Amino acid sequence: MSSAAGLKFVDEFRDAELGHVLSGEIAATVDPDRHYKLMEVCGGHTHSIYRYGIDDLLPENVELVHGPGCPVCVIPMGRVDDGIAIARREGVIFTCFGDMMRVPGSEQSLLEAKAEGADVRMVYSPLDALRLAKANPDREVVFFAIGFETTAPSTALTLIRARVEGVNNFSCMCNHVTIVPPLRALLDSPDLRLDGFIGPGHVSTVVGARPFEFIPADYGKPVVISGFEPLDVLQTVLMVLRQLRDGRCEVENQYTRVVPYEGNLRALEVMSQVFELRPHFEWRGLGFISQSALRLSDAFAEFDAERRHEVPGVRVADPKACQCGEVLKGVIKPWECKVFGTACTPEHAIGTCMVSPEGACAAYYNYGRFASEKVVA
Amino acid sequence: MADVTVGDREHRILEIIETTRAKRPRFKDSQVTMAHGAGGKSTQTLIEGLFAPAFDSAALAELGDAGAVEVDGTRIAMTTDSFVVRPIRFPGGSIGELAVNGTVNDLAVSGARPVALSLSLILEEGLGAAELEAEVEAIAAAARTAEVEIVAGDTKVVERGHADRMYVCTTGIGIVDGRAATAPTAIRPGDRILVSGEVGAHGTAIMLARGEFELDADIESDTRSLWPVCEALLAAAGHGLRCMRDATRGGVATVLNELARASQVTMVIRESEVPVAPAVAGAAEMLGIDPMYVANEGQLVAFVAPDHAEAALEAMRGVDGCSRAAEIGEVKTEPPGMVLVDTAFGGRRVMDLLAGDPLPRIC
Repeated sequence: MSSAAGLKFVDEFRDAELGHVLSGEIAATVDPDRHYKLMEVCGGHTHSIYRYGIDDLLPENVELVHGPGCPVCVIPMGRVDDGIAIARREGVIFTCFGDMMRVPGSEQSLLEAKAEGADVRMVYSPLDALRLAKANPDREVVFFAIGFETTAPSTALTLIRARVEGVNNFSCMCNHVTIVPPLRALLDSPDLRLDGFIGPGHVSTVVGARPFEFIPADYGKPVVISGFEPLDVLQTVLMVLRQLRDGRCEVENQYTRVVPYEGNLRALEVMSQVFELRPHFEWRGLGFISQSALRLSDAFAEFDAERRHEVPGVRVADPKACQCGEVLKGVIKPWECKVFGTACTPEHAIGTCMVSPEGACAAYYNYGRFASEKVVA
Repeated sequence: MADVTVGDREHRILEIIETTRAKRPRFKDSQVTMAHGAGGKSTQTLIEGLFAPAFDSAALAELGDAGAVEVDGTRIAMTTDSFVVRPIRFPGGSIGELAVNGTVNDLAVSGARPVALSLSLILEEGLGAAELEAEVEAIAAAARTAEVEIVAGDTKVVERGHADRMYVCTTGIGIVDGRAATAPTAIRPGDRILVSGEVGAHGTAIMLARGEFELDADIESDTRSLWPVCEALLAAAGHGLRCMRDATRGGVATVLNELARASQVTMVIRESEVPVAPAVAGAAEMLGIDPMYVANEGQLVAFVAPDHAEAALEAMRGVDGCSRAAEIGEVKTEPPGMVLVDTAFGGRRVMDLLAGDPLPRIC
């Protein structure tokens, strides 16, 4: 977009000329006889890659596969059903982020429940939900919290504030997940063949670089933590490829302007006050993974929507046709799913990956199709 | 990726998807959701899958901004629009001003000089008299500026809670200008794609006016009559002017998609040429939205034959409020029905209709 002063710092990371320089360096680094498969863990990267057409700047033998790092995509159907059950209760105002509203449960989505009369509202932050609770003291306001360690601190701070201010008509249905267990599960899965990782930048601003050291240490794969602008992603690809060329294998940090090695200690401290690990949690398509999600600690039990409201808590199997699991593991490309683009589209999604703009299927459907197509004048 | 058969397989699947997309959508939803009003795919399903087949009108089937009828040798364009924006006053305008300009613009981009409007008000019990008076004045002022007469009206009041302050419906008629026969089907490969100015201001202004983001920026709605710029285009390009659309709900991206589908051409947009005000670009960046999908109330997209493009652009830039008019792309032939973007970063991607509901009740 043509823009000026206000976006100066952003535009610098979208400079097309520098992009071509990096693209050239990448081409010079790869071994033409080798196929490289790199996974971007984070949905934000998936979105960026399609949004800017970064694939077009990579050599044919460098393949990017999409990982499990889209918070909406990993929410299983049963959790959506539980949310809808709460939303339908008399007196409840149910709040969530916008793209969560379209995620299908076993019967319907939150958007459809809203059309049938449930008071479901879109918010942009947990603080908005808390504000809504203060403005509606005679209603029960529930916030459907999702996200990795990236968003968990803001939920934690909101809950601390709710307690300090004595807002007792506010509660949180916690679906926060942690980044390391699914990566380990992924690396343990036998059908995976990856050469390296584009590490999740946003999560790392909180957890730092250290938690990813097991990947080179135990699995022998390089990790480079990456920013989200197109130049960030290209530079990261180059850094991973250089590690592979030089026979190195370590955690490197491309996103140094934001990610400190030790993470954000204050945020981690706040999280440990409010949350504790769940013994196990179901991930869409990946199944149950131990110690992979957070729930409210006993100290915050009164703000736990799952303890305040009865929920069905029924595990619902993913629809048979849906291959979100394989997409989330990078085993298949979005278009290789049997229902991609025909039965499953952004307007009538079967799987979660087609809902969030960070989902691999939605990103590919909305931006990627025909990207490499020749235009005929 | 590297082996050929995989590429072929991907291509075949993409073709199946395009066939699915090209079919007339059928309205199969069990109930109306907010998405049906958002201007994206669900709205399209409602219009093409339910309304158009039921009413079976040739003028309606063209799915233009206005329909035309011929009365005693004069071609008259007619259009109607309802306004439910929240809040009713926002930086740069209000619901009353929007209700006049919105309908005037639907006529103007259909190549018709706006002549008269009807005005229908649905008021919520308890609406303050001062608020109503302010809107009536805004309507009168906008009508004077746009040189249209309000010739008929109606008022209904509903119980408190059954409407949100006030809704305004306007119907307009205009005289079709003979200098060009604009229509989506007139668009030809090679045509240049022009916008009349900076995009994304109205939707962003409304979003910020709701105060849900704790984000302050000096952004005003661009609501205004587009007839002056339409007339300038008609004068400068004549029959070289193929088609115009005002880029309201769903923004420029939605207009391009609708027209690419209707005329079975490809639109290729050069992202770096699209004018966006720095404040709008900044707010959109923070909110994670693309200004190309954000509503405008005073910008149009025009398709002009290549040999008239320069004159058309020049003429637009001479109109008040259009100094940043720009050529943003070109019409091609393959793959039909698609909008592609050459990104500022040097890549290429699809720009599809939005499925979701980025922001309800903006107009």
